Amino acid sequence: MDKRIASAKRADKIATVIFCIIAAMFFLLLFGFAGYVIIRGIMSAKPSMFGFTGYDDIGNQLFNTIYLVFISLLVCVPIGVFAGIYLAMYAKPGRFTKFLRMCIETLSSLPSIVVGLFGYLVFLIVLGMDRSLLAGALSISIITLPLITTTTEDAIKGLPSGYLQGSLGMGATKWQSVYHVLLPACLPRIMTGVILAAGRGFGEAAALLYTAGSGSRLYWASTNIHSAVNPWNVMRPAETLSIQIWNLQVNGQNQDLANVSSAVLMVLVLAFSILANALSRHIQAKNAGQVSGGKKR
Amino acid sequence: MFKKEYAWRGIATIGGLIVIGLTLTIGVFLAYRGSATFFQFHHTLGEFLGSADWNPVDSAAGGGTVGALIFIVGSLVTCGLALLIATPLSLGAAVFMTQISPRIGEKFFRPVVQIFAGIPSVVYGWVGLSVLVPFMRVAFHQQVGQSILVAAIVLAVMIFPTITSMTADALTAVPKTNRDGAYGLGSTRWQTIYRVIIPAAKSGIITAIIMGLARAFGEALAVAMVIGQTTALPTSIFSTSKTITTEVAAQMGNAMEGGELKAALWTLSFLLFLISLFMIWLIHRVNAPKKED
Amino acid sequence: MSEKVKFEIRNVNLHYGDFHALKNVNMDIMENEITAFIGPSGCGKSTFLKTLNRMQDFEESARVDGTIKMDGTDIYKDMDGIALRHTVGMVFQQPNPFPKSVYDNVAYGPRIFGIKKKAQLDQIVERSLRQAAIWDELKDRLNKSALGLSGGQQQRLCIARALAVNPDVLLMDEPTSALDPISTSKIEDLAVELKKDYTIIMVTHNMQQAARISDRTAFFLLGEMVEYGPTAQLFANPSDPRTERYITGRFG
Repeated sequence: MDKRIASAKRADKIATVIFCIIAAMFFLLLFGFAGYVIIRGIMSAKPSMFGFTGYDDIGNQLFNTIYLVFISLLVCVPIGVFAGIYLAMYAKPGRFTKFLRMCIETLSSLPSIVVGLFGYLVFLIVLGMDRSLLAGALSISIITLPLITTTTEDAIKGLPSGYLQGSLGMGATKWQSVYHVLLPACLPRIMTGVILAAGRGFGEAAALLYTAGSGSRLYWASTNIHSAVNPWNVMRPAETLSIQIWNLQVNGQNQDLANVSSAVLMVLVLAFSILANALSRHIQAKNAGQVSGGKKR
Repeated sequence: MFKKEYAWRGIATIGGLIVIGLTLTIGVFLAYRGSATFFQFHHTLGEFLGSADWNPVDSAAGGGTVGALIFIVGSLVTCGLALLIATPLSLGAAVFMTQISPRIGEKFFRPVVQIFAGIPSVVYGWVGLSVLVPFMRVAFHQQVGQSILVAAIVLAVMIFPTITSMTADALTAVPKTNRDGAYGLGSTRWQTIYRVIIPAAKSGIITAIIMGLARAFGEALAVAMVIGQTTALPTSIFSTSKTITTEVAAQMGNAMEGGELKAALWTLSFLLFLISLFMIWLIHRVNAPKKED
Repeated sequence: MSEKVKFEIRNVNLHYGDFHALKNVNMDIMENEITAFIGPSGCGKSTFLKTLNRMQDFEESARVDGTIKMDGTDIYKDMDGIALRHTVGMVFQQPNPFPKSVYDNVAYGPRIFGIKKKAQLDQIVERSLRQAAIWDELKDRLNKSALGLSGGQQQRLCIARALAVNPDVLLMDEPTSALDPISTSKIEDLAVELKKDYTIIMVTHNMQQAARISDRTAFFLLGEMVEYGPTAQLFANPSDPRTERYITGRFG
């Protein structure tokens, strides 16, 4: 019997060591990967690459990336937040709600290339738009819509039930409760969702391949909003950082530029996801503080 | 006051309706476009799924062949390999961060994993292309360097964080009473983990793996960069090939509107849509409460 | 009453970080008896129970001082925690069957012991379930999930699971607090039956339960063991005024 315990303990030790090794490998891999991309980006960088000419630099692509994601958030945040409010506050259990949830799940698991092709089909073929920043932004908003919806729903449902009951008890309508009490209380969590959505948008490439096009030349002094080189024109083709990386590997001429572009894109995305993470930890810590504070009183 | 309540309620409902409408439209459009292969160009489903002869004509006249088996096999093999690589490592990392060292896990490991889940796939693809591909040329004397294996490795790295963080959630959700019970019977930590905790978290772990698989299956550009894009059935893990997504991504822009090639590509897209529905169904199946008998 | 001492406990103190959870506990626990620990919530009775099979090992902040000897061997210094828990089984407050079949639950302990033969396992499972007086109820559903059983059945299954590894001692941490009266009385009868072969130490919230089935009772208050003695004597004629106040229901 002692022998059996000894061998069980040996197996336990071996397993522990293996798990530690896997964890260490995992870490090395992730950090090695991120570090490699960033360091190689720095090594490949030349000052001219950070210009805004549209030739062998990334300035315009960076601008396009941020502008495109901004536009897409303008579309998907209101729809997503309202749909989330609907699910959290008004939806009655039944077929319709079940179906809505199924749709959200379907949307969130669709491959982004499929969303991109759908965007291509609707915006370009059916609606006759050209490849444009707007078509790209709308496609991205399809991808981020389920994320915003579920975060909003979870945020509202995660609030203490006393919030809603307290407000309703004072004679407020459901909507007044949402607008004056619930939304303000869960705004930070919704913000976290929006930041995550932005991060996804920055990195998205497949959905933009056939919708946003590859325009990288911009005339910054342009005053004609309909011009294809006016930076603010949403109907112009717009190459984002991720599409730039894709195009550079297809053409294969400028490795260094692709390295820099990858590094900048990675830093952008990591910054946003670290921000979202920090924000959600902050919310958690604050909530925990409130609870224990309440107990003491 | 109540008017306003109804108005806002209406707006919130419209938000929900837009989501439903959008999903339905996507499904219907893809189905409609994809069906042209069968109804307009008179190919059979058997040919599409069962033949490796892919040669659709890029015109409305039709008359080519649309056997998509190469892409289906390519997708299955790369994703299968990717899962084979990623699953044990993810499982190990998740066990480490929830069972072996929960303190480091919660404070450090989990946020890092979540942050990495957001790295754009083109970056993975680019690193695969500029590091792994030349490495394969040197290490395995490959002429091209691109291969199914490289694609699988890139996908594995990409889905690591997804599987790990979801598996960790599933393991944390196992009630502490189960662990106490196992320790109370004199189990070692390892026995507790593999005989009690992992089986108890089984459906959550399978869900995590399916989610990873779904991500791998849908990835287009990262795979396209490193798989070599050859229209041929793979003969070994060092072969170049194509997947459903890479073929669609590469050809859609060149194909003529209304042509047989375009129709066949839409059919492939619809197939991707169906596959992601299938995975959702699978997840629901796995998580459905088991009946008593 | 038995004469042989099973556990010899001397000057046991337990700290959770800065919190002094057990204060200088001294007692002898007799073999083949039921010993009950009573006292108000948070008095340290459950904590003390868990020092007897070293479940405290899994709480990072817990620190145990003093000596606990089982059959003369110091369980903290001269014994391995895992070996100890094979000898000292435990039944928890909430029935906690594993999400496995009835059979696999009972066979869990023998299997981690390395017993693989089906015939041997079958025999152990049947013996344990019979001992836990639940064989007749469960013999036709051995392969069904244990989570489908009623709370009382689950708890008796957990007892069977603990018995399957042939322990000497059975620790029971408020085993009936989550159960209805009928299930409770079944478990009580079972405990009385089992003491022939095992030493049983039971934490209970319910004084009547202690009075009904235990041979000796210890009363805990605020981490201190206030009084310990034969059950009849402790209830009829408590020597400490705090014990008297508790058993007459004036606090707790």
